[in-house]
Amino acid sequence: MATDYRTLVKDGLWNNNGVFAMMLGLCPAMAMTTSATNGLGMGLATTAVMAAASCLVSLFRKLITREVRIPVFILISAAMVTMVDLAMNAWMHELYKVLGLFIPLIVVNCLPMARFEAYASKSPPLPAFVDGLFMGLGFTIALVAIGAIREITGSGTLFADASLLLGPAFKVIELRLLPADSGVLMMILPPGAFLATGLLVVVKRLLDRRIAAAKAKAPNVVHSPA
Amino acid sequence: MNTPSANLPNAVELKPGTLIHGVILGCFCLGFGLLLALTYSRTRDDIAARGLEDKQNSLRQVIPPGLHDNDPVTDTLAMSDAAGKPLTVYRARREGRVTGVAYEIAGPGYSGEIRLIMGIAADGKLLGVRVLAHKETPGLGDKIEVKKGDWILRFDGLSLGQPPAELWKVKKDGGQFDQFAGATITPRGVLVAIRSGLDFFAANRAALTAEN
Repeated sequence: MATDYRTLVKDGLWNNNGVFAMMLGLCPAMAMTTSATNGLGMGLATTAVMAAASCLVSLFRKLITREVRIPVFILISAAMVTMVDLAMNAWMHELYKVLGLFIPLIVVNCLPMARFEAYASKSPPLPAFVDGLFMGLGFTIALVAIGAIREITGSGTLFADASLLLGPAFKVIELRLLPADSGVLMMILPPGAFLATGLLVVVKRLLDRRIAAAKAKAPNVVHSPA
Repeated sequence: MNTPSANLPNAVELKPGTLIHGVILGCFCLGFGLLLALTYSRTRDDIAARGLEDKQNSLRQVIPPGLHDNDPVTDTLAMSDAAGKPLTVYRARREGRVTGVAYEIAGPGYSGEIRLIMGIAADGKLLGVRVLAHKETPGLGDKIEVKKGDWILRFDGLSLGQPPAELWKVKKDGGQFDQFAGATITPRGVLVAIRSGLDFFAANRAALTAEN
């Protein structure tokens, strides 16, 4: 069966989005999104680990027996995370100071686990890699969106300290949208995470419904030009 | 490979093929263990170097470079604080004479301990205090970070007699230091930490400023 990469990409980014559709990985999605920059950093770190670990799981899929698959999956993702953690500490130290606390949290994210079990362990390495990559990118988009809402309403800034994460060239995307100290503190605190996530889930469902309705109106058009 | 042993009457009879799962899991553990060991040995020196740089950076903030010609990070003194906990003191010297010392202090915050580093000159004047780690509420308690406000800079140049010991408190507790809007517990914790650091210096002044 030929792999449909377009579906993989679309599922990962939108249709089957880790946070907004599957409701997985909510712990890092909520804990890490006090700012858009934090969300971006956590999302990218998760993406790197997911893509590499999915590929590994897929390479070893014929060796891993059903009975021990869960411990092996955990082992693979824990090993990848530890390696990323050590390498970042040694060679990307500034970034590590921002993200270091959260890297180990990737191990307990159930999104990689779910993708290993549901997809990577049953597919060849390349599709598994693509699935891990785009599931990770979908996760990143979700985290940046939640982080952006919380940061704008809570601190009045957007992408504050992004230059620490991405390099000095990204100073330009650090914006102040509201005057200092005018934000709603609650949005940076844990309740804000639930509010922002819930709101975005609603937005996604409404958009999905609208897309479905538009498709139903024009049933003959398989690939809409838009 | 899994025939039950006749010599062990209580041996559990394994399901056929059980052993192979253990072997597979063991092989994965071994393989990834080796991979991790390799990564660790490749990164160990760099990580230690980064840790040292971090320490130098935080010391530089509380001990002005003009005060010393040695490297305070390596010129340490092992002491124990009032509670008996080990405390590493970093010494700044110029031409051999101790001109200032720096050490870590801690106070109770709103959510967990606030760790700070404090630099103090040989004459007992505060050179500076900086937050190393805290878990205070973002937007409220984090104004103790020098990045987020200048509150922490107000202690520079003060000492245990200036102001008098009983005024080393936040205003709400009858002291002379402003708390900031919405947060009293955090500044109070910082003041507890600084006060304990000043007391430590007063109690151990001779040992801290000794030549060797």
